[in-house]
Amino acid sequence: MSDLPRRAAAILWKDILSETRTRQGFTAMLSFAALVLFMFSFAIGVDNDLLGRLAGGLLWVAIVFTGTLSLGRTFQNEELAGGTRLLRLYPGDVRAIYLGKLAGNLVVLAALEVVLFPAAAILYQVDFTAQAGPLLLVAVLGTFGFSVIGTFFSALTVHLRARELLLPLLLFPALVPVVLGSVGATEAFLAGDPLGRAGGWLRLLASYDVILFVVCLWIFPVVLEE
Amino acid sequence: MNKLTMLGWVSIALIAVGSVLGLAVLPADALQGEVQRLLYVHVPVAWVMMLAFFVVFLMSILYLVQRQLKWDLLAVSAAELGVLAAVLTLILGTLWGRPTWGIWWAWDPRVTTTALLVPIYTGYLVVRSMTEDPDRRARWAAVIGLIAFVQVPIVYLSVFWWRSLHQPPSSPQSMWSAYGLVMLLGFVAYTLAFAYLWLRRYRLAATELELELSGPEEG
Repeated sequence: MSDLPRRAAAILWKDILSETRTRQGFTAMLSFAALVLFMFSFAIGVDNDLLGRLAGGLLWVAIVFTGTLSLGRTFQNEELAGGTRLLRLYPGDVRAIYLGKLAGNLVVLAALEVVLFPAAAILYQVDFTAQAGPLLLVAVLGTFGFSVIGTFFSALTVHLRARELLLPLLLFPALVPVVLGSVGATEAFLAGDPLGRAGGWLRLLASYDVILFVVCLWIFPVVLEE
Repeated sequence: MNKLTMLGWVSIALIAVGSVLGLAVLPADALQGEVQRLLYVHVPVAWVMMLAFFVVFLMSILYLVQRQLKWDLLAVSAAELGVLAAVLTLILGTLWGRPTWGIWWAWDPRVTTTALLVPIYTGYLVVRSMTEDPDRRARWAAVIGLIAFVQVPIVYLSVFWWRSLHQPPSSPQSMWSAYGLVMLLGFVAYTLAFAYLWLRRYRLAATELELELSGPEEG
């Protein structure tokens, strides 16, 4: 059990190495995210007030869409090269694979958000800096919840023929509390939280994160069984 | 006539009695009018939906503990009925909602959560249909059946905070007693119908699996 973090870190490091050596995935993902932000403006129009009010929701939808594409790749390299079986053959708890992949998704999404938040601030003319601390907390909780569920379902769907379709089908309903909580808290903080509703959303996010993390970590070995 | 067939006939008879009582014998609701009669089906079917998904959860757990395929077959049989009941609940609910609330769709927590149950358990069924190996299929399905049951109450809670409009569930005191009795009859009738269809579907699934395991060459 004490080896778990070390094994997870090894998997994370392997994925970071293979990603930085090719770098194709992340660049494409960033461009996709930018396009999603543009699409919202095209669909809604150049009403700056309206875009500003919707910014929290639009930003999180962009994160969810782009993140879903990225999640699909979580186990794909291994699957294509037959490496999932090899990973499982390594001694130790297979939960390390889940934790390592989860950490990898967190890194990718954090990198995405570092670009996406400023981009949304510029395009939708909102000021994230006034509430930077609270918004950072929302981003951390929202991203963690997204990755916990997403990593799990991507392991579950990677063997399936229509995985590109099935991952969102399973993922999106499970993300409802994450999206509602993140958007609710983001919008509340952007408005200066006049009604004091952000706290409730943060508690919802945090509890959902913890519950799903425990459940996913607990049953992950079943998903990976042969 | 075997016991299962008898169960089917009993449930049909009870549904028929309930329908006659609800449609013809009881007077229309003073506030909601004739449309209120829909609730004699809507509420029991919604109950069957919850029962079915709870059965999926239980059977999933049993499968994961005992690894016997019969639990998986019982789970998928209930999941199909649950999706059917969820769709019926939504259709009846929107038909009732238009004259009562004035809108087809209200983004109410229960409505929204019910609507989300359809893709969740459709995903469950599609993942199954795409997995050939019976043991893998059962294992992944059980995992989805388990996770779904953990996430649904929190989905409901989050949508509840987001927006609330649904009329609170009527407690027996708030319903005139004859209404309550017909509603109760509906609960019994549709629960028996669920039990009948569930066991029938299970037998079919067991036969299908037998065929799948015995002779794949014959196609």
